[in-house]
Amino acid sequence: MIPTLGHFALALGFAIAVAQAAIGLFGPNLRDAAVLRAAPALAIGQFVALVASFAALIWAGVVSDFTVRNVADFSSSTTPLFYRITGTWGNHDGSMLLWCLILSLCGAVVAGFGRTIPTSLRSRVLGVLGLVSGGFLLFTLTVSNPFARIWPPPMHGAGVNPILQDPGLAVHPPILYTGYVGFSIAFAFAVAALIEGRVDAAWGRWVRPWTIVSWCFLTAGITFGSLWSYYTLGWGGFWFWDPVENVALLPWLTGTALIHSAIVVEKREALKTWSVLLAIATFSLSLAGTFLVRSGLLNSVHSFAVSPNQGLFILALLGLTIGGSLLLFAIRAPTLATTGIFAPVSREGALILNNIFLCVIAVVVFTGTMYPPFVNLLFGIQISVGAPFFNQAALPLTAPLILAMAVGPLLPWKRGAIGPALVKLWYGAVVGFVILSIFLLRGHAIAALGLAGGAWVVCGALVDLAERIRLFRIPVSQSVNRLFNIPRAALGAAFGHLGFGIAVLGIAGMTLQIHTITVLHPGQGVDLGGYRWTLERVYDAPGPDYAARVAVVDVTRHGKQVMTMRPERRFFTAEHVTTEHAAISTNGIWDMFATFADEDKSGGAEFRFNIHPLAPEIWLGGLIMALGGGISLSDRRFRVGAPAKRRLRKPQGMAEV
Amino acid sequence: MMTRKQRRLWIVIACGIGLSTAVALMLVAFSSSLSYFLSPRQVLLKHPAPGDVFRLGGVVQVGTVVKAQRGGHPYTKFRVTDGQASIPVIYTGILPDLFRQGQGVVTIGSMAPGDKEFVADMVLAKHGASYMPADVEQALKKAGKWNPKFGPPPNAATWNDKTPKQIEAANQRNPVQ
Repeated sequence: MIPTLGHFALALGFAIAVAQAAIGLFGPNLRDAAVLRAAPALAIGQFVALVASFAALIWAGVVSDFTVRNVADFSSSTTPLFYRITGTWGNHDGSMLLWCLILSLCGAVVAGFGRTIPTSLRSRVLGVLGLVSGGFLLFTLTVSNPFARIWPPPMHGAGVNPILQDPGLAVHPPILYTGYVGFSIAFAFAVAALIEGRVDAAWGRWVRPWTIVSWCFLTAGITFGSLWSYYTLGWGGFWFWDPVENVALLPWLTGTALIHSAIVVEKREALKTWSVLLAIATFSLSLAGTFLVRSGLLNSVHSFAVSPNQGLFILALLGLTIGGSLLLFAIRAPTLATTGIFAPVSREGALILNNIFLCVIAVVVFTGTMYPPFVNLLFGIQISVGAPFFNQAALPLTAPLILAMAVGPLLPWKRGAIGPALVKLWYGAVVGFVILSIFLLRGHAIAALGLAGGAWVVCGALVDLAERIRLFRIPVSQSVNRLFNIPRAALGAAFGHLGFGIAVLGIAGMTLQIHTITVLHPGQGVDLGGYRWTLERVYDAPGPDYAARVAVVDVTRHGKQVMTMRPERRFFTAEHVTTEHAAISTNGIWDMFATFADEDKSGGAEFRFNIHPLAPEIWLGGLIMALGGGISLSDRRFRVGAPAKRRLRKPQGMAEV
Repeated sequence: MMTRKQRRLWIVIACGIGLSTAVALMLVAFSSSLSYFLSPRQVLLKHPAPGDVFRLGGVVQVGTVVKAQRGGHPYTKFRVTDGQASIPVIYTGILPDLFRQGQGVVTIGSMAPGDKEFVADMVLAKHGASYMPADVEQALKKAGKWNPKFGPPPNAATWNDKTPKQIEAANQRNPVQ
């Protein structure tokens, strides 16, 4: 009964989305206040319907209702409750519903919190969101219905894929999806602005917070995904340039460009057309990313929700959304006149440089990702473009970005000089140079460049903050006072840059990792990185739906006990799958990583021991970046709202970013 | 301050430099790091030179996975088959969780000198339980060993002694869902 209600709620959500699209898009032409009020109400209604639908699916998973195909195929009664819940979005149909739910949440958020947006613009924004939502709800209803029933129901479900029985599944997909789908708001604003033919500073101010929210989620989602693969794969891999990773990186790159270019729109009313295009491109890449992998066109090692038979529907939807918005852009973009003038060396110039490089990197990643399927389609040759391509083609392009990243925030608006900014950065340059020479002398060229670049960016962010609080030039107490009065947007930007620098440090540090693979009998040990790793014993440990073998590995340094690691192998009885659970011990600067790979008949256990320098910094940096976005969101002018309501006592220059 | 035209010129020049650098980098990377996907049969036909990195994909032949040690370091030896030919693969490292006999894998590496064995640097098996990499799937279809209409791929152990017709007939007799 409950799944049927869920199915009904899904259909209701679709009907409301269609109404929202029609009324939202055409309502403003009627000049009727009641019609303008309808779109927000419908958006909230759609969200409520989809919440009910999603709750019904989770209910079916919790009570193990095997008449629902989705539950029968991807859950079982022996699965722990937590994974019965998270398992609902660990497959294609369920994750589709989650995707639509988040899209409707975006509409509801605009309806609920967008009171300062002019009603006609808001109505059109909601109309565009309703149109996109309607298309994907139709897809969910007709082709990938998560509420499809089977009769007679099987006695036992097939079970959750053991690799997905991980807390990562509760965190990573919802956050990543919120990031992907959140860009739909920027997209809807761009399309609505094109329909209205008006993009101004106020538009920039409305779009930016929504973009920052989704950027934060996307950053955090990618970070969690990378962390998940790091601890689950058993050899510490955190990024492979696999298609499914690249398609998450693409909207991140253009979204990062968008949050920077929207600053210029907001402050200087320049780059308007470009920002509109970026907003369209970012959401298009999000869509293409989610669905090209699902359609089976891109082949990935680690995506879990694939349904190749629905490719055509998806491609048609993608074509309509992306093609339609780009067509509208081509027709209406010339009407958006540019104002605002500035010199090449200025904050604007630096932001343009940032945009150029981010987009060029995006082009490289896009080409590398899409090249194999197209070559296969056109010439029938199977080619793969792997990590070496991206390392060679994309990483060099990050070098100018990293160099400019520290300088940009120190340049003034309109016109500046590069000299004074560089003088402020002298000690960053010294730190970078010292690191570069130390590691070059040790023969680690790549690590040297990466670490120096990361240190340079970190120093740049710190210098930016130090300049703002005039550290050491005025008494410290006044500096501290100033620290609390820095505009939150500026503080957020500094944190964003700081996080990026720390992540670069972590990634560069990981290239210095050392590992060994060995077979040990109890009592035997191996040396790695100045530590002695000794296998103590191996014992059995039962789990909820698996049987585990746990190895006890003692780690000593100069004969002194450092720690005991317990890597596991879990055998899932229902699915006949063994998974490895690495033991990771971190001190914040490096990770000790032990994987228990296999056991042979003579009692020997196969291990992989790794030491990963600076690995924790990768995720710390990612989270600091996301945190920076959050700080920026709390900026006063976003809370206060539209520029019309700005009070006089806040001087213009205060809110520099 | 500069006029709008001058500014546009600057932006166009910057974009041009950025894009041309990217294109140059991509061309260099394409020429040096593009790797081909080959099935075991194609490897026997084309004889890639030792040291050329390519992807070898197929199904892990049942009953061929052997673990051994060399100088205290364990390694794994197995054969990858597309039903028409099979190639021995040597891999030092930890196999993915879902590496299993009779299932699709993609291995990345190069032929060892002597053209007999494939030395893999990386072995990829999908995290999903029933995985057939698209490349492998295509290779199997080309070899006439598997028609996906009739369910999951047949047991790899049977491939070398059955014709495609026999396999198809066997699949039709007991179709899997």
